[in-house]
Amino acid sequence: MDTLNRKIINLLQAGFPLSEEPYLEVARHLGIEEQELLDRLSNLLDEKILSRFGPMYDAQKLGGAFSLVAVRVPEDDFDKVSEIVNSYPEVAHNYKRDHDYNMWYVLATDSPEKIDEVNSDIEKKIGMKVFNMPKLEEYYIGLRLPV
Amino acid sequence: MKDVLVQQEQVEMEQIALLDDVDRKIIELTQSGLPLVSRPYENIAQRLGINSSDVIFRMDKMKQSGVIRRIAAVPNHYALGYKANGMTVWDVPDERISELGHKVGELDFVSHCYHRPRFLPEWPYNLFAMVHAHTRDEARTLMATIGELLGEYDRGHDILFSTKILKKTGLRFNL
Repeated sequence: MDTLNRKIINLLQAGFPLSEEPYLEVARHLGIEEQELLDRLSNLLDEKILSRFGPMYDAQKLGGAFSLVAVRVPEDDFDKVSEIVNSYPEVAHNYKRDHDYNMWYVLATDSPEKIDEVNSDIEKKIGMKVFNMPKLEEYYIGLRLPV
Repeated sequence: MKDVLVQQEQVEMEQIALLDDVDRKIIELTQSGLPLVSRPYENIAQRLGINSSDVIFRMDKMKQSGVIRRIAAVPNHYALGYKANGMTVWDVPDERISELGHKVGELDFVSHCYHRPRFLPEWPYNLFAMVHAHTRDEARTLMATIGELLGEYDRGHDILFSTKILKKTGLRFNL
């Protein structure tokens, strides 16, 4: 990646203006043409170096409910359990981690009651205890990766 | 504690109620990204039949109320070479967690920092902080930095590296 792309990513991780011609503003700051910034942004998104560009909404403030859930799955059952858990549309993410607690999924539902419902259902289907760990307080969310 | 939670819920409910249909349309049109055109907010405004200044005003209001966390680029950390993604977990005293959590969250290399419930005796950890590094050793060094910051309040910790993405869907909101 060249220096200009690095500069663009580092600058835009910090924020983007709410103004009539925001790309022009950012381009001037970088000392480049607006069209060059738009082309490069489009490439960075196409090449999936950026996964998103735009407003980050706080889903909880939009009325949704979320939770992180951990399960200790015996290695031999892992694929089978993973298939069952992933089949729920409410499971937004699911990660394998190298730990005794090796499955970590994120539930996204319309209401807090639904979180408990889905977890009970999953527990019954997989025959294992799930550990529901919703956030009690948030201290920081954001990604600042120097590139 | 309970009162605080109830209060927080009420505030959040009010914020939900404050969004009108036009706000919801703006969210719908921008949740997958901002248009890559010279006047992106005007582009959204035209699709809604309103003025660009109205879109900017409404998005600014959503930013102030926290509905929009920020408008920014989100890098794909794998593509940038950050391949060691560790969830560090800490057992810290409950009465100190708020103060400590904010301090840990301020560290540049921490992307998410939350207070979550313990499950005693098997899961003693109540503070979660995600770190992203190029290698596992680098991630462990970052964990040690958090440990130094917590000092005597670090009563135990662990790091869980992700080894496989089993499922990842884009979060889309039901509006």
